[in-house]
Amino acid sequence: MKFEYKVQGGNFSKAGYASSDLKKILKQLNVNPAIIKRVVVALYEAEVNIVAHAYNGTITIDIDDKQVRIVLEDQGPGIPSIEQAMQKGFSTASPHVREMGFGAGMGLPNIKKNADVMNITSKVNVGTTVEIINYI
Amino acid sequence: MKINELIEKTNLKQFGTADINRDFEGGYASDLLSDVMGNAKEKNVWITMQTHKNVVAVASLKDIAAIVFSNGNTPESDTIEAANEEDVILLGTTKGTYEICGEIYQIAK
Repeated sequence: MKFEYKVQGGNFSKAGYASSDLKKILKQLNVNPAIIKRVVVALYEAEVNIVAHAYNGTITIDIDDKQVRIVLEDQGPGIPSIEQAMQKGFSTASPHVREMGFGAGMGLPNIKKNADVMNITSKVNVGTTVEIINYI
Repeated sequence: MKINELIEKTNLKQFGTADINRDFEGGYASDLLSDVMGNAKEKNVWITMQTHKNVVAVASLKDIAAIVFSNGNTPESDTIEAANEEDVILLGTTKGTYEICGEIYQIAK
């Protein structure tokens, strides 16, 4: 099964839509609830990252009998140092985003913790691609 | 314990229309959404001062039993709308976070 979602940078009112949809789909597929919890946390954080940092993005979700593979590709500022971005507490989020309780530098570490496989590639001034795989 | 018992014992006010006849187990207090995403547990009561719509998505994704807005904070109207749609319980108190956490801890332990 394949699903695609568009994400608009800056639009927090829609943040979490894909995560919420995927949660429902995985429940219907009777996926182990503990795995659903991990997938949903990882996707939500990645979705919020596009909203908080990028101009727009596309989420592609591929589900088969072995895994959930999520690819989030955005057009945005990119990440100059992925190593730095992966550090707990490091964030480049705006004051407005921080006031909302986002941008605490916990997003990427949360994704890493909850994904079985996580890959990030990024090009400054072009965009970032995050791949998240969870085995089911 | 049920949320409706908690409302009665700690004098909480409900916003929205979600069914309050629901079990909860323990709680988590935080204003950082990623902290809640990473560390809150299913059926927790979540005590926060964040009142914007995104708290509903977080609560729904994490199967949080209810959100409690402390310190007299009240949810924005689109937060209440989203909570009604997602069946997320929204509660409020004029007590500070420390005080309401202490009360809930005593009642729920």
